Amino acid sequence: MEALFAFCVGILTTCGIFLVLRSRTFPVVVGLTLLSYAVNLFLFSMGRLSVDSAAVIGANNTYADPLPQALVLTAIVIGFAMTAFVVILSMRGRGDLGNDHVDGRIPDHSSLTDKEKS
Amino acid sequence: MQHLVIMPFLLPLLAGVLLILPPIQNSIIRQRIFAVGSSMLILVVSSGLLKEVMSQGTQVYSLGGWSAPYGIVLVADPLAALLVLLTSILALASILYACAGEDETGMYYHTLILLLVAGVNGAFLTGDLFNLFVCFEILLIASYALLIHGGGKHKTQASLHYVILNLVGSSIFLFALGILYGMLGTLNTADMAVKLQTLDSDETTLVKIAGLLLLIVFGLKSAMLPLHFWLPRTYAAASAPVAAMFAIMTKVGIYSIFRVHTVIFGDFAGDLANIAQFWLWPIAVLTLIAGAIGALASQNLKMLTANMILISVGTLLTGAALGREDASGASFYYLLHTTLVSAAMFLIADLIAKQRGKAADRFVAARIMKQRDLLAGLYFVAAIAMVGMPPLSGFIGKALLLQSAHTGAEMGWVWSSILFAGLASIVALSRAGTTLFWRTTGNTADTEGNPVHITQLLAILFLLSLSPLLVLFAGPVTSMTHEAAAVLHNPELSVRALLPALGE
Repeated sequence: MEALFAFCVGILTTCGIFLVLRSRTFPVVVGLTLLSYAVNLFLFSMGRLSVDSAAVIGANNTYADPLPQALVLTAIVIGFAMTAFVVILSMRGRGDLGNDHVDGRIPDHSSLTDKEKS
Repeated sequence: MQHLVIMPFLLPLLAGVLLILPPIQNSIIRQRIFAVGSSMLILVVSSGLLKEVMSQGTQVYSLGGWSAPYGIVLVADPLAALLVLLTSILALASILYACAGEDETGMYYHTLILLLVAGVNGAFLTGDLFNLFVCFEILLIASYALLIHGGGKHKTQASLHYVILNLVGSSIFLFALGILYGMLGTLNTADMAVKLQTLDSDETTLVKIAGLLLLIVFGLKSAMLPLHFWLPRTYAAASAPVAAMFAIMTKVGIYSIFRVHTVIFGDFAGDLANIAQFWLWPIAVLTLIAGAIGALASQNLKMLTANMILISVGTLLTGAALGREDASGASFYYLLHTTLVSAAMFLIADLIAKQRGKAADRFVAARIMKQRDLLAGLYFVAAIAMVGMPPLSGFIGKALLLQSAHTGAEMGWVWSSILFAGLASIVALSRAGTTLFWRTTGNTADTEGNPVHITQLLAILFLLSLSPLLVLFAGPVTSMTHEAAAVLHNPELSVRALLPALGE
């Protein structure tokens, strides 16, 4: 279970970082979302992974650490609010700047194809 | 008073919320009166807190009565109390300045400033790392909205970079917190310092990764090289009172570096003692040089001031890199001075830009300003303080820092880089002053442009007058900053005093 979990977090982080480094705002926003998923899962696993254990003492033989669950709840709320904000901001950027490049202008590189420039 | 410690966090939060309720929100006059009144109240409360902390030692406030390390605690030690007071001063100046009209360019200006103050004060006062993250987010959300306040192309563009970078920063912060909690089983700063000493040797690598990840996050907030590229454009794009308020935000990062890398990863952390020092040295020196080059290359006054902030960050990081008690004390004195003066400079730059028509604050010839003598006087005082020439506070701050380098190698690096940055700032600021005030077209003064509003002048004079006051009362202030450094560097005071459960 640990290996699978770690693999998932790793894949999410990799995809997140790749997308954050893209030049258009939409992939960047999606990348930020993936990063925040990865970080939430990561935080969640910090109380160690276990099956069949509630975060209540005495209900079962084993019990889970409740603190990471509380932390991850806070992180989810904050991450959600931030994602909403950055979506609105990039839409406003699209409107104000006339394009959706993160720098606000399309760089004039000859390496770009015509399709990417438009 | 028992609840004094949490007041600097609660009051601005409450005032900010009250401001958006109908009886106050309906009229801009009522908003201004309420905002100025509440920021004065916050100032009084923070002075009270500082006085209490200095007379009775570190105050610990356990929320809900749950004691550390199980509950959430707020810790008001001398350093935190000093910085809370600094924040309150800046907030008052920024709100006063905005009362001249900046607050009408968008909605909820005063609310956002007060929420920012709540976040910054919370970050200074909190005693555990997760709440540091939460307070960072509070101040960041407020700062995102403030940065774009007033609207415009430049602000949107600067905001995009600022917001995306800080969101990535928040993710890294959470990764670091996750590792630390997983390894040490606590989030309380003091408890972490204790747990770190009994860490198994095979677990140190992971904790080291977390510690250095935290350095990256705080470095991003404090704009140290190579994470500083967002700063000049962001600060230059923000409206003047917002930029003045932002002067404290890089200091939140610096404060966190001092807090985490002195208390947790300090001299007593066993294998992980002073892990940040190796990185801080080159970064501090390079930040100073980058700031100096940026200052020389700046095309307008706001950009120049933003680069001066970069220089001050580099100077403070040198203090952190020295990692000794006297160096920290000197850094805290310099921190007080540089925050106040760079905030004042942003406000002055705005006034200059408003009286120069189309030339704004760019370094080109323009018509004579309407109130040239007044603005030139203000600029002169601020510039002298900023470059660190006697008789103003910058001189004492830098002299103290230079004094705290003891060995030959330290002196070589610290003296040469700080003095080089000082020389670059003198050249840049005097070039800026001569161009702005003396290179004029025509002999008549510009009749257009708004005269300086009384509240704007009040705000600037308030900030600038604190620089000579810092010199006049240099004795008491340095004893306070050294007390703050002593508490930070002494594990008896910064760790064990905060953990009643372990003492028994």
